[in-house]
Amino acid sequence: MAHAAVMQPPPKREVGADVYNEKLGMWVFLGSEVMFFTALIGSYIILRFGNPDAWTAPGAILNIPITAVNTFLLICSSMTMVKAFAAAQDGDQQRLKLYLVATVLIGATFVGVQAYEYTQLVHHGFVPSGYLVGGELAERAAAGELPASVGIYGSTFYTMTGFHGFHVTMGVLCMIFVTWKAFRGKYTATDHRGVEVIGLYWHFVDLVWIILFTIVYLI
Amino acid sequence: MATAAVPLDEATHAGSHEISFIRKYIFSTDHKIIGIQFMLMSLIFLLVGGILAAMIRWQLGFPNTSMPGGGILPETMAPGGILLPEFYNSLVTMHGTIMVFFAIMPLLVGVYGNYLIPLKLGAPDMAFPRLNMASFWVAVPAGILMMAGFFVEGGHAAAGWTVYAPLSADPEWTGVSTGQQLWLLSLAVLGLSSILGATNYITTVVNMRAPGMTWFRMPLSIWALFVTSILVLLAIPILSGAAIMLFFDQTIGTHFFDALDGGQPLLWQHLFWYFGHPEVYILILPAMGFVSDIIANASRKPIFGYHSMVYAIIAIGFLGWVVWGHHMFQSGMNPTLGTTFMISTLFIAVPSAIKTFNWMGTMWRGNIRFHVPMLHATAFVAMFVIGGLSGVFMASNTFDIYIHDTYFIVAHIHYVLFGGSLFAIFGAITFWYPKMFGRMMNPFWGKVHFVLTFIFFNLAFFPMHSLGVAGHMRRIYDPTQYEFLQPLQPVNTFISISVFLLVLSQLPFALNFILSWFNGAKAPDNPWDDNGLEWSVPSPPPHGNFKETPTVYRGAYEFSSPLVEEDFLPQNKKLDSDPEPAQAAGH
Repeated sequence: MAHAAVMQPPPKREVGADVYNEKLGMWVFLGSEVMFFTALIGSYIILRFGNPDAWTAPGAILNIPITAVNTFLLICSSMTMVKAFAAAQDGDQQRLKLYLVATVLIGATFVGVQAYEYTQLVHHGFVPSGYLVGGELAERAAAGELPASVGIYGSTFYTMTGFHGFHVTMGVLCMIFVTWKAFRGKYTATDHRGVEVIGLYWHFVDLVWIILFTIVYLI
Repeated sequence: MATAAVPLDEATHAGSHEISFIRKYIFSTDHKIIGIQFMLMSLIFLLVGGILAAMIRWQLGFPNTSMPGGGILPETMAPGGILLPEFYNSLVTMHGTIMVFFAIMPLLVGVYGNYLIPLKLGAPDMAFPRLNMASFWVAVPAGILMMAGFFVEGGHAAAGWTVYAPLSADPEWTGVSTGQQLWLLSLAVLGLSSILGATNYITTVVNMRAPGMTWFRMPLSIWALFVTSILVLLAIPILSGAAIMLFFDQTIGTHFFDALDGGQPLLWQHLFWYFGHPEVYILILPAMGFVSDIIANASRKPIFGYHSMVYAIIAIGFLGWVVWGHHMFQSGMNPTLGTTFMISTLFIAVPSAIKTFNWMGTMWRGNIRFHVPMLHATAFVAMFVIGGLSGVFMASNTFDIYIHDTYFIVAHIHYVLFGGSLFAIFGAITFWYPKMFGRMMNPFWGKVHFVLTFIFFNLAFFPMHSLGVAGHMRRIYDPTQYEFLQPLQPVNTFISISVFLLVLSQLPFALNFILSWFNGAKAPDNPWDDNGLEWSVPSPPPHGNFKETPTVYRGAYEFSSPLVEEDFLPQNKKLDSDPEPAQAAGH
């Protein structure tokens, strides 16, 4: 039990927030993440207001149905994350492992679907610099069905969703580490800091996606 | 001591457990070693930045003549020792970049954030020691990437340290592609290091203080580093985002800052300065904190207006977010918006003046000990006032039309960044050197270094105000090309000679720093009779810092207290009249 005692959060003191270091650190780090996505989203808003003609009607280029399914998946993964945390609080090792594995799988699926979406878009001729020369979409633009130039649309779309995808990927990698620790029985009903901290990150990334899905795909 | 917050197993490890050389000095998780690592790295960059400055000044003072030693530079930089205009642009860009991001910022935040926060708060280490190690070892590749730019085809980034688009966005304009990309990549990597560091500092300050170390007993250096860390945490990701967008513009053909295809060049300026103005306070707030500690110590008086000092730090930290437009008065801006930015900028004079008057109030009728750190600290106050006053000039957007992009701006930034930050850094290095290295620096050579630096600094930078008002543009390659600047050329030569002497004046400091490390007198635990917790442990402190968690009974500035015989009263010294700090529930 000596080992378990060391793992305990530090005792409550007259100074300090009533939060253990890892949790506080993650909240602080998320503050930084908020500013990073603010830079991307703020630039997106300014660029789009500055040049609204570069954007198409929702769904004209982007595949909304498949992304909607992907959004649903990511929200489900937030739920399995909550379930995993609840299981950790109860000390229910079986359910903890089950829900962590589910979260990893759903998160990885999200990244996979996004990779598929990118492949399809590039295949149709939509790339970060706009239309691919000679691509299907470029021909439709030449025929007047689509805006003449979507350079800035492509730039913002790939940068914003790409960095979100990067964050999900990092989250999945960390989640795999947490799951590995869970399989080694490292999380108890009294100390399951790793599960809570990765959960905070996971919900943040999920929340960012809901905003991105709304402003990039739906509006 | 059931209330001891120190993980005792770690503290007891220190004595009994031998750590390998690599774990102890290279991949160390000890905040003190990491602080020293940051110090060595950033002092090297300070030297590099100073050499670049001397090269710039050679061209300005003696245009189109062969630079002594310039023969070793390749043909692509300086054929026959004469600097090429393209290389000159890289020099200007890289002098600014290296000094801001790789010298001053790590010296203030990387070195002293690491070294002082746990020691001054009574903590055994940072909240996340391994993350701390990572933050240093992420900064090293960033530095290598930045230096690598000098060796690639096309030369290093040449669009100025602010890398304004579209100049920076298209290699067509500057002839630089790989250099600019390495520049952007390096800053994105360095940003990660800064964010990891800031996360660590904030968590440590909030959660790792010793019993009794309440918010308003924290030394002002820690308050300043805490507010600075919040600025780093929130401002750096903006730069990272902007740098990544510009990097994509250069590499994968996006159009963020490309006006031809729907992008907005002005967006870069907004993003850069939305980061850049908080960055200005990242570069001065810690300096103010160190100077507060040093001035109170040397005046043997409590700091004047401690609470107002804290609120002034917070106010400056907040105001830093709402003034970025004053860098863009001439970029095309609605005049009403310009006025708004002018007023918010002028507000900053209020907390800055509070701090200045409090420093003077602290010194007033003090029994001042003019040790070397105090000399640098008083120089800081004087130089910061000059730099601050020229800042008030520039904040006025009508006057700014006149002095915009002239040497007046160059004079201002050097008065706050060299006269301010760097003098405070010299003060901090000489003040905490005995604690960091266990040896005293030589005070005589310290004073020689101070006097020479102070004289040549002012000789170099004060005339730049006059040059600027006379219309001398910044960042120009050859002032003699302009007829109206030709009569001013002797001033340029004078400034250049002063800069060369200023660079040479750093020699006594460098030698003093290196030689004292090996041959300096052994430092006692508390050479300056100071009250901070760091002075209650041996010099240098052992791994784990404190044998047992100290208890804090008062603030850090109880000098000349009538309660004790000595003229200082350490924060952890218990007097009979001191109550024990309130014990936490459950113990």
